[in-house]
Amino acid sequence: MSHLLYLIILIPAASSAVLFVGGRLTDSWGHLMGAAAPLVSFVLGLIAFFQLRGGSAPSLHQHLWTWIGVNSFQVNFDLLFDPLSALFVLLITGVGGIIHVYSVGYMEHDERRRRFFAQLNLFVAAMLTLVMTSNYLAVFLGWEGVGLASYLLIGFWQQRDSAAVAAKKAFIVNRVGDMGMALAIMLMFHAFGTMSFAGVSRGMPHASGATATALGLLLLLGACGKSAQVPLQSWLLDAMEGPTPVSALIHAATMVTAGVYLVVRSHFIYAQSGAAQTAVIVVGVVTLLWGAIIGCAKDDIKKALAGSTMSQIGYMMLAAGIGPAGYAFAIFHLLTHGFFKANMFLGAGSVMHGMNDDVNMRRYGGLARIMPVTFVTFACGYLAIIGFPGFAGFWSKDRIIEAAFTSSVVAGAGAMIGAAITAFYMTRLMIMTFTSDRRWAQGVHPHESKPVMTIPLIVLAICSVFGGFLTLNGWIVNWLTPVVGPQGHHEAPLASWLITVLVLVMLAIGIGLAYLFFGRRRIPEEQPQRVSPVTRAARADLYGDAFNEAVLMRPGQYLTRALVFIDLRRIDGIVNGLAALVGGTSGRVRRWQTGFVRTYALSMLGGSALIVLALLAVRLG
Amino acid sequence: MSGSSTSFPWLSVLALIPLAGSLVLLLLPRTGELVKHVAFGVTLAAFAVSVAVAVQFNTGGGFQFVDNYQWIKAFGVHYAVGVDGLGLVLVMLTTILTPVVVLASWHDAEEGRWSANAFFAWVLFLEGLSIGVFIATDVFLFYVLFEATLIPIYFLIGGFGGAQRSYAAVKFLLYSLFGGLLMLASIIGLYVVSSSSAHGPSYLLQDLMHVQMSQTTGRWLFLGFFIAFAIKAPMWPVHTWLPDAASEATPGTSVLLVSVLDKIGTFGMMRFCLGIFPEASHWATPVVMALGVFSVIYGALLAIGQNDIRRLIAYTSISHFGFIVLGIFAMTSQSQAGAALYMFNHGISTAALFLITGFLIARRGSKMISDFGGVEKSAPVLAGVFLLVGLSSLSLPGLSPFVSEFLVLAGTFTKSITAAAIATFGIVLAAIYILYMYQRTMTGPVRESTRRLPDLNLRELGAMAPLLVLLVVLGFFPRPALAAINPTVNSLLHHVGVTDPPPTVAQPAGTTHGGGLR
Repeated sequence: MSHLLYLIILIPAASSAVLFVGGRLTDSWGHLMGAAAPLVSFVLGLIAFFQLRGGSAPSLHQHLWTWIGVNSFQVNFDLLFDPLSALFVLLITGVGGIIHVYSVGYMEHDERRRRFFAQLNLFVAAMLTLVMTSNYLAVFLGWEGVGLASYLLIGFWQQRDSAAVAAKKAFIVNRVGDMGMALAIMLMFHAFGTMSFAGVSRGMPHASGATATALGLLLLLGACGKSAQVPLQSWLLDAMEGPTPVSALIHAATMVTAGVYLVVRSHFIYAQSGAAQTAVIVVGVVTLLWGAIIGCAKDDIKKALAGSTMSQIGYMMLAAGIGPAGYAFAIFHLLTHGFFKANMFLGAGSVMHGMNDDVNMRRYGGLARIMPVTFVTFACGYLAIIGFPGFAGFWSKDRIIEAAFTSSVVAGAGAMIGAAITAFYMTRLMIMTFTSDRRWAQGVHPHESKPVMTIPLIVLAICSVFGGFLTLNGWIVNWLTPVVGPQGHHEAPLASWLITVLVLVMLAIGIGLAYLFFGRRRIPEEQPQRVSPVTRAARADLYGDAFNEAVLMRPGQYLTRALVFIDLRRIDGIVNGLAALVGGTSGRVRRWQTGFVRTYALSMLGGSALIVLALLAVRLG
Repeated sequence: MSGSSTSFPWLSVLALIPLAGSLVLLLLPRTGELVKHVAFGVTLAAFAVSVAVAVQFNTGGGFQFVDNYQWIKAFGVHYAVGVDGLGLVLVMLTTILTPVVVLASWHDAEEGRWSANAFFAWVLFLEGLSIGVFIATDVFLFYVLFEATLIPIYFLIGGFGGAQRSYAAVKFLLYSLFGGLLMLASIIGLYVVSSSSAHGPSYLLQDLMHVQMSQTTGRWLFLGFFIAFAIKAPMWPVHTWLPDAASEATPGTSVLLVSVLDKIGTFGMMRFCLGIFPEASHWATPVVMALGVFSVIYGALLAIGQNDIRRLIAYTSISHFGFIVLGIFAMTSQSQAGAALYMFNHGISTAALFLITGFLIARRGSKMISDFGGVEKSAPVLAGVFLLVGLSSLSLPGLSPFVSEFLVLAGTFTKSITAAAIATFGIVLAAIYILYMYQRTMTGPVRESTRRLPDLNLRELGAMAPLLVLLVVLGFFPRPALAAINPTVNSLLHHVGVTDPPPTVAQPAGTTHGGGLR
């Protein structure tokens, strides 16, 4: 299998290329090939996975070619399939493949469906490159490729100005993060003369604390961009402009998981810097609360889910910041989140399909009976994300909260409060959408979606229920130990059972409050305007955009405008003035503009004569 | 320097083909398409010869295909030509872009002051001179050709283009002549210096590289060359001629101007400033690097603020030239190999950008961004090509400009973290100027004025295709280009007396990296 690893990336990449270049010729069958590509990669990934599991080698390698080589700067395209990559490959191609199948139905009536699949395939190929290469610069190729694919897909309906703006914003905010990653890679080359995982991890123990902290913080900046963590979170909510399967792909299988991957993959860097680890924890805790609070105030079903993604990725970041005690749980939660979030986004898409693409939950209500499959599968995702005992999210989130307490009581408490808020906003979402009374707009006739859409929902629901099995006998922890090192034993300030009980109490409080506010009262069809400042802030995404606009965008616009003016009037004016001075008068300059060959030829002749004279003068002198 | 000599004068023939071709064009009838076909054929022939040269090129280093005849004995002037890796890459850039320009400019000369014959004759003439500039290994010969390129480009700008073309052409000419004058002074100075050496006067590069001169003299002469090249490149603050010229010229002329001719500036810095004045180059390094970084940011900010598509592209080039200059003067093998490769990649990428926007502008009859919107709907292929080319300009990994830009940054980082960090901010600004332009022109609701814009036709696709292929292929496989460039850069750095800084973190024994040529 080792020598066939490249096929896992090549198949979706080639499919994407065929669909892009083939154009209309591929319209009739393009979506089928596009949907098949990630599934084939999934099968190949499974084969490699079992080979890894059964074999004695800790990882599979394949050398493809030397990408860039200038003396000591050597970057190879080398593929690495180790336990960490393996889990990501299966998530990306598995959940991604299901999303592709669903999209066949979801995009059926879109005249540009073929192009949609070309871009989905590109997304998967870029993400696979990101997790399968063994050199930071090659990771950067996938990293930016993911940024490109998200740009294309968020702006898929680009005739809408809002979609085009959201796509641009996503790319640019991500580029700010990419700048951090690029600088980290330069620093690696500067410090170690190499950018490969192996080389950097070998060198790290000898690096100074300052170097380790700088590397950790720069990589964290990159991770914040891709994973929509504070302070680079603002693009994620706008990214809902893309078709719903795109949201599922971005939030579950690709893109936002990249930041978590980067931090876990760079464990050897964070091991050398406590400061950088603390920064990761802070970002994680702040974001998990930030996203959850936003999720409470959104009436747009997709934006509520987007807030929850930010929040859940915050949990993963928190876990990754804890260090070896948390890495495996970060990845565990990433996988279970991949199941239930894809489940819920596709469920939301199914609801929107039934509701004429309306996303406002205030005009939903009572859909449980009309769309039974969507409801039941969505409910599985709901129970999983709030951490209902037995469901996938329960196992993974509980572990993270427990680990957070071993690291710091503040982080633990933050994670626990986040659990309560999660239960609150998700219950609100369920009530507003599926139970409560019907508040449909006129002319809307909800209906259940077709099997091509509901079957993927069922598969993902099953994963949301049983995803917790990954931790059976500590399987996932043991599986990842060769990559991130042994977990060690850490004493928590609270007993493990007590934490679980407290989390369940939090859960009950969140559900109870949501029921009180939304289940017992009539839900107004218009958004209430007289609300608390907190709600108002949450509706405005906690003023993240307002901050960016006031601090970065506006001053930037003034600066460019001023520079354009200065460049035109001042610099040009001075130089033009000098030119006029040299030429004598501006009138003489204007005579140049006659464009007569004679004038010009004459001056050339004069110039040549001058050269010869000057040379002669020197020669004779 | 180990030079290999072949019996057949490949390089002279290569330069002569387009020069002779330009004369032939003048004899052809003024009506009909014949002149265009002949022009296209001549540029293809030149391309074929350049490929033959590239195939025979030995990546071992040194000047190759060397020809050397005495020209003016009294002044030590020779007709001496030869290419090293840097020269070869730029010759290839010229021979690749010229046929593309001819194909893309098929109808662009019809509204000019003179006939299409004149337009294409000037294009061929310019190609021949440009090749000459890149193959000249005699400084005097270089200077003559350097100045001579002004003639065709002056007529191309002033004769074919927008309403303000005369103003733009004169402005360009004045700037260039001013730079040329300074260089002339230095050329004369070099004569003085070399005539006092043991072997008598010589303008041969290989002689001048080893000539003794005092520190002060070296620095003054360096400045004459450097300022001329900085105007050519162009760098802030002597850049203002470029936006005007690029905005008024036809797309094809802009390509030849920005992608080929401006490279003479950065090419000259590398070959002549560093080669002949290593001490002065070190002396000037802090200032030049600061100017380079400043150009990167300044050009990008100005590009963001433009409404004229062509001016926007011109400013992006000022930003990109900042990267090239930064790479040259950071003086590490990575930064310089990156800078040399950047010259090629920027040439391809910017050419593609000028041409695709040229097609767009020709369809709508306006070069103002605000006159567009929603083009993607009516011309999806044009929009797709535009986006791909734009992504290359913002250095997306997977496309060739990324490789060169990252090499420049990584190399610079090992010398000056501050310079690299500030320049890295340029990648965010690049994303803004490209995507903001794309958003305003291509996306959004379809407008009445853009509803019926036709998509790219076969000729236009044919002109773009080779550029797109190069952008992608060299993005993943830059090795052939780097294989040619690396030895040149290594020997130049050796000559300048610089070695790459070793990794700052001492590696345990047995795991040392780097060093040596691979």
